Amino acid sequence: MKIISLALTVALMTGAAAAEEVRVYNWSDYIDEALLKKFQEETGITLIYDVFDSNEILETKLLAGSSGYDVVVPTGAFLQRQIQAGVFQKLDKDKLSNAGNIWDMIESRTEKYDPDNAYSINYMWGTTGMGVNINKVREVLGDDAPVDSLELVFNPENMKKLSSCGVYFLDAPTELIPAALKYLGEDPDSHDPKVIAKTEEVLSAVAPHVQKFNSSEYINALANGEICVALGWSGDILQARDRAAEADNGVEIEFHAPKEGALMWFDQMAIPADAPNPEAAHKFLNFILDAQNMATASNYVYYANGNKASQAFLDEEVISDPAIYPSAETMENLYTVTPWEPRTQRSATRMWTKIKSGT
Amino acid sequence: MNLRRFILIAIPYVWLLALFLVPFGIVLKIALSDYALSIPPYTPTLDFSAGWEGIRAFFAALDLENFIFLTEDDLYWRAYLSSLQIALLATFVTLLVGFPIAYGIAQASPAWRPTLLMLVILPFWTSFLIRVYAWIGILSNEGFLNQALMSIGIISEPLTILNTNWAVYIGIVYTYLPFMVLPIYAALDRLDGSLIEAAEDLGCSRFSAFWLVTFPLSRQGVIAGCLLVFIPALGEFVIPSLLGGSKTLMIGKVLFEEFFANRDWPVASAVAVILVLLLIIPIIFFQRNEQRQREQD
Repeated sequence: MKIISLALTVALMTGAAAAEEVRVYNWSDYIDEALLKKFQEETGITLIYDVFDSNEILETKLLAGSSGYDVVVPTGAFLQRQIQAGVFQKLDKDKLSNAGNIWDMIESRTEKYDPDNAYSINYMWGTTGMGVNINKVREVLGDDAPVDSLELVFNPENMKKLSSCGVYFLDAPTELIPAALKYLGEDPDSHDPKVIAKTEEVLSAVAPHVQKFNSSEYINALANGEICVALGWSGDILQARDRAAEADNGVEIEFHAPKEGALMWFDQMAIPADAPNPEAAHKFLNFILDAQNMATASNYVYYANGNKASQAFLDEEVISDPAIYPSAETMENLYTVTPWEPRTQRSATRMWTKIKSGT
Repeated sequence: MNLRRFILIAIPYVWLLALFLVPFGIVLKIALSDYALSIPPYTPTLDFSAGWEGIRAFFAALDLENFIFLTEDDLYWRAYLSSLQIALLATFVTLLVGFPIAYGIAQASPAWRPTLLMLVILPFWTSFLIRVYAWIGILSNEGFLNQALMSIGIISEPLTILNTNWAVYIGIVYTYLPFMVLPIYAALDRLDGSLIEAAEDLGCSRFSAFWLVTFPLSRQGVIAGCLLVFIPALGEFVIPSLLGGSKTLMIGKVLFEEFFANRDWPVASAVAVILVLLLIIPIIFFQRNEQRQREQD
């Protein structure tokens, strides 16, 4: 129903060809809104900005076709599969005059998902780890609480105690299953259903102590002290830290990438093949590639970006925070994952449903 | 004259064809297809340009694989059963709450009735989503309900209602209550008051007059109300996903997971087809039964 009505609106809009518009579909809490205003002022293009909180929702819209969006922001492994499905158009690099700002170190890593970076530019990248309300966790687990280890969230003993102050996990099997594999000492990028099945025991043992599996609510829940641990994305947890500090509510949040190794992910901006206004989409990408704009975004959302030139404009607290820009040593310890085959995907999702519902 | 009659009869059939059979046909077609990594994410798609050959190849590629898959994993049957249970129980509770309200309105003085009916309809002026969200604020551990109960000393620890099946029942009963009240009220409103007087004159107590006369005569309204609550409750997605916990197993949520997490449209469509069949069969059975009774009368 929704798809049909959306397609209808788009059809009507292109028919009417009114003022120029560009439609951007990005993650929630993922940009400084001042940038959106700035883009409209600089280009005169009306910017319509919608948000989502899971790659799955984005992919469903893209695969339905005629999503109506000009710019979307999937994560690397999802992008790779979507490129195979023919969802995106190749970028016209001639229209991206700011492409020189791109950080080659990140570009060489995103090539794994998007060969030659033909279809996408990096927006932000980060790691998946633990957000910890340090005082509460110490209260529950003692002063030697393993806050920098996966033991904190995958050891049922610890989780049982932590459930008294509240734990949220990401609702993202493609990130938590690799983390559980790492905890078991397996290859986190394993595609072998038998190896993946081993994580069921680990995750099922801790799931009853997880208050909620959700990928966006933990920012606020951490910040206002409703929960004491979140397994989530680095920048989100740092935003929670910042919100708690602003509220001055006595909540102190820390982000820890697990010492066993953390998942490194890349959110890539790309243009759907059927984008109504690819011209304006390129303008938006070029606007994002501007060093100062990218720095404004990172200063606001506390995620590292793939823009070398922006680093000159980053706040000191952002560029020097190892939770945002990890040290070279930590970088060694980060791992990446690639998309599962459909059959593996199905058994993993089924396992995830089973883990979450406890049945 | 004949043409007018024809059009009058044709309209409901065209309606049924356009808004039920055609969409159902599309869903059924996807349910018989296979998953593919493409736009749209299933295969085969009908290719008219290839003529008869294309259509034949299309039908040859359809199969029942997805339906067989559904029988192999107990998740689906348990989700259907759990949805049935939640929908049935919620419908029953809605009836228990809704009937007295409808009865009260029908018994009220005619001057008051429009106001009372308005009070039943008024919540509809707020978005459904906002009303369900409001329940989060009421039912959460720090919510109004727990605060109120704790401040008057009934409980010392907050009750965990949110993220459990209890919250789902509360949400369904609250949301669908007007759908129960209005048809029952309509039936009671038409009721001939002299029948009850006659029953009482002939020695019925007030209670047995209600049970033997009022209730059977409002049966049509009760059945209509129950169907209006049961059918949407069975496939409900918003209420269990906002108010229910991860342990709430409902087919609407399973359907969402198939569609969004697995991106498997064919299996999601197969789940939907079975859901429609689950709803249609009892309705057809019920209608047959009604017709037979009417013929007997």
